[in-house]
Amino acid sequence: MTADGLTEPDPLVRVSRVTHAFGAPGSRWRVDAIRETSLDVKRGELMCFIGPSGCGKSTLLNIIGGMVEPASGDVSVDGRPVRGPMPAKIAFVFQENALFPWYTILDNIVVGLEFQGVPKQERHGRARMALEAVGLPEFAGYFPSQLSGGMRQRAALARALSLGTDILLMDEPFAALDEQTRMVLGEDLSQLLHRAAKTILFVTHSLGEAVFLADRVAVFSARPGKVMAILDVDEPHPRAPDFVKSEKFGRLRNQLYDLLRDEIRKTMAQTAA
Amino acid sequence: MKAALESPGRKLASFAIQFVFIILVLGTWTCVAEFRLVSPLALPTPSSVWRAFAALLSSGEYWPDLLTTVYEVIAALFAASLSGLLLGYAISRSRATMRIFEPLLSSLNSIPAVMFLPLLVLLFGLGVSSKIMMGALTGFFPVILNTIAGFADVDRIHLRAARSMGASGGQMFWRVLLPSALPVILTGLRMGAIVAVLSILGAEALGSYAGLGHRIVDSAESLAMPRMYAYIAMAILLSASVNLALNWVERRAGGG
Repeated sequence: MTADGLTEPDPLVRVSRVTHAFGAPGSRWRVDAIRETSLDVKRGELMCFIGPSGCGKSTLLNIIGGMVEPASGDVSVDGRPVRGPMPAKIAFVFQENALFPWYTILDNIVVGLEFQGVPKQERHGRARMALEAVGLPEFAGYFPSQLSGGMRQRAALARALSLGTDILLMDEPFAALDEQTRMVLGEDLSQLLHRAAKTILFVTHSLGEAVFLADRVAVFSARPGKVMAILDVDEPHPRAPDFVKSEKFGRLRNQLYDLLRDEIRKTMAQTAA
Repeated sequence: MKAALESPGRKLASFAIQFVFIILVLGTWTCVAEFRLVSPLALPTPSSVWRAFAALLSSGEYWPDLLTTVYEVIAALFAASLSGLLLGYAISRSRATMRIFEPLLSSLNSIPAVMFLPLLVLLFGLGVSSKIMMGALTGFFPVILNTIAGFADVDRIHLRAARSMGASGGQMFWRVLLPSALPVILTGLRMGAIVAVLSILGAEALGSYAGLGHRIVDSAESLAMPRMYAYIAMAILLSASVNLALNWVERRAGGG
């Protein structure tokens, strides 16, 4: 287990001493979300963020994606500082309801490409390819409300993939789904990403999901969040479904559990206070 | 958004109930009128009303008044919608403006519009202008309040998703804000249309030279009761058509 992530020679994403807080400065409600966090993300790796609720992992994800400006610290992507959303380089997959309910899932992808600035004649073709990649081509004309939760998230993933970015930021994309669907989608994701060769940051609460998907797991402390430890999974992609039954998986999951248990207790004490 | 999951049996049943209800109303009306339970001055028989209505249709004398009322309604709706939509969108853009204007508009909305009629007649005369102003004034509030609500309640995650994909301001409006707000806005337009029609008819009744409302009062004053009811029926048909038309638009746009 490596202690910190700041040893990469050429990271794709570099987070440098980022601090962020919510609430007006000086007000009673000011809450430190993350404090002096630093992190390097390697090209082509899948890194999971895991930690107790409110530890700032989603906040950090939004900061990396340029959606939120940090109170202090720097983030750079591919050597360039992040100053705002970077639609050409970074695509998001949110937890749920991010698909536009007034468009079919095909049109959802087409409009995403329109936002990114893709020429009109290319949009439909790329959208259809993205739907095929996630196994939903027959549902192109369906509206999100007509699909199950798992299918909706697959469509949301298709939208992100269609944008052709190097980086995918996924904020608990499977959290609203039942466990079986999560497992299946996790396996599919591993296959898909192995083929697509992207760099992914994946926020999750699920220990098993983190170990199954990640090359490295960044473990966050309770609020104010900081990267406590980074776990190396060191298992080739695509992950075989049997990996979850292996002794290595169990060992890593237990390590995560030990790291997190105290932080979770701390978080519960914080919110109870 | 989803098709109504009504079985044909259910639809038939509700249709049947509505039909029976209408028959009952007509039946009660006929009995009350025939047996003179109420003065024939107040309630003529359905048949005499029907005859008056048919006479009205064949003579075509209703045309100028119908056209006047329709013209007033259209002009009022145009003014109310345009101002309501534009101002509503503008107000929805910041929390500060919403905090200032939304309670203000809600309070103004609760003032009975009829109180302003004498003022409007004083300013605009007894002609069509005062009726149009009346309709525009009453129709404005549902439109602007619903427009504000529609645009303000856009789910933030949709805005974030669009922003993360690089949407420009214009794309954000046409592809996210407007489609999201549209169902609520259309409801506002429909409610605005209905109150506009009602207040225009009322204004015509209270003082005008022409229009359906004017004819209703005019017939009552001449004690031509069947003709009055015929004009009332025509006014009802007008309101119902406006409601149906806008309901249809609402349903078509609300799909998906």
